[in-house]
Amino acid sequence: MSNGLALLAIFTLAVFVGFEVVSKVSTTLHTPLMSGANAIHGIILVGAILVAGHADGGLQLILGVIAVVLATINMIGGFVVTDRMLEMFKGKK
Amino acid sequence: MSRNLYDLLGLVSSVAFILALKGLSSPKSARRGNIIGAAGAGLATFVVFFYKSEEGSLHNLPWILGALVIGIAFGVPAARMVQMTQMPQMVALFNGVGGGAAALVAIVEYLNLGKSASTLAVIATVFTVVVGCISFSGSVVTFLKLQELMTTRPVIFPGGRFVIGATLAGIFVNAGYVIAQGGNGLLELLAILSLLFGVLFVLPVGGADVPIVISLLNAFTGLTVAASGYVLENILLIVAGTLVGASGTILTRLMAVAMGRSVMGTLFGAFTAKAVAGSGEQESRPVRSGSPDDVAILLNYARRVVIVPGYGLAVAQAQHTIREMADLLTAKGIDVAYGIHPVAGRMPGHMNVLLAEANVPYEQLVEMEDVNPTFAQTDVALVVGANDVVNPAAKTTPGAPIYGMPILDVDQAANIIFLKRSMRPGFAGIENELLYDPKTTLLFGDAKSSLTKVVSALKAL
Repeated sequence: MSNGLALLAIFTLAVFVGFEVVSKVSTTLHTPLMSGANAIHGIILVGAILVAGHADGGLQLILGVIAVVLATINMIGGFVVTDRMLEMFKGKK
Repeated sequence: MSRNLYDLLGLVSSVAFILALKGLSSPKSARRGNIIGAAGAGLATFVVFFYKSEEGSLHNLPWILGALVIGIAFGVPAARMVQMTQMPQMVALFNGVGGGAAALVAIVEYLNLGKSASTLAVIATVFTVVVGCISFSGSVVTFLKLQELMTTRPVIFPGGRFVIGATLAGIFVNAGYVIAQGGNGLLELLAILSLLFGVLFVLPVGGADVPIVISLLNAFTGLTVAASGYVLENILLIVAGTLVGASGTILTRLMAVAMGRSVMGTLFGAFTAKAVAGSGEQESRPVRSGSPDDVAILLNYARRVVIVPGYGLAVAQAQHTIREMADLLTAKGIDVAYGIHPVAGRMPGHMNVLLAEANVPYEQLVEMEDVNPTFAQTDVALVVGANDVVNPAAKTTPGAPIYGMPILDVDQAANIIFLKRSMRPGFAGIENELLYDPKTTLLFGDAKSSLTKVVSALKAL
């Protein structure tokens, strides 16, 4: 199996897992779902670090570094804010 | 670190993300799930510094670490200080910066793509640039609207439809050209057109339709991250991006169903909808407005009260006051429930979060399908800052913009109380017949101060 095909297979399976898992999320938690999913796509940080680390020339480095800043805000902020929200849901019986 | 070990650890992080979403199936396991997800993200971020690809290990470490520190310095305080009422704009903003980051990553990747790159990789890169830019600018406009830094009403200008169509066509032609021919100048043009499209497509969307747009942009950003993962051959990015894409898609569909129309109809509705807005004669009809004491008496002698919260509750930050009132009623032996419409507020589940902040037990939050059959046995329906989600025009007036939208049947209750700031119609701009109903009492004013007065009146009874 070629590498491209393997990646496509992973993508396809992830689609099914995603739909399966998310459709079980309780309606009450739709806002935390949004902000949690938001935090998860902050994982683009990994991609940003990779391109910044292999940047070829000043322009690429600047773009890469900006991407790292934005992705960090997305990821860290997303997880912190989701935790704050979920904390409120937990307190009661 | 070898490729195999790196991919293996990436798999661990992927599983952590799946567990994070799985945890959200119940409020009890949700917080632990989120922490697992955060740990997975932390692991992936740590591991990437030790990964040695064909291009060698990472350079520019001081730059990268500095950027991380700056990101943390912005992200953490923002996430800690934001008020629950401002959650929709916070989510929009985080979504935008994520989309922007993905677009930037794709642009740098594009500059680095050798001649050997497969067509599929080029397509994925171009896709990421386009959708990432749309997500970025669209989210920024959404943020500005929610933060009320610009008008919250739909912005429509003559020929808007034509401009948006032309921009979209330009994106397609340009993207096709970049894929077929390459050329860096064109990629910049493509990014600019996509940013413009993001602005144009959110401008005509207003207030009540924002939940759909936020979910849709969330799905967009997820897909761009997945596409980046394809280009970077990174399994974790593919899985994480796809999960987000799925969650955004599901939420978008749920919101559209809750509004009784198609996603397309919502996004482009403002271009087509004729101004059905409040025809003048109706507004001169008499309404019955009451004092806080009247409202307190109605509530005091009820056996069952259903509170219907809307965006007005969030604006007035009245969630704590309403809880205080509900507690007083419960102490008097009155059955209190909250009827939650799926699109009440400005993002999916907005009301649930607000009321959870005020420590309302989530058992009292009843969804539309479950609460509707109970209105017939309800003595008082108390509508706080909601309008369109209880407007019977959705059932009775074909042609009204909200026609076909499932609503909360408060008209079945014995008495209806509306807490409103003014007679101004809801976002959809349609007159609400319920306001003139003989069993309706209106209490004008800011929701929080009105509720505070009702609470003191209740205590005095």
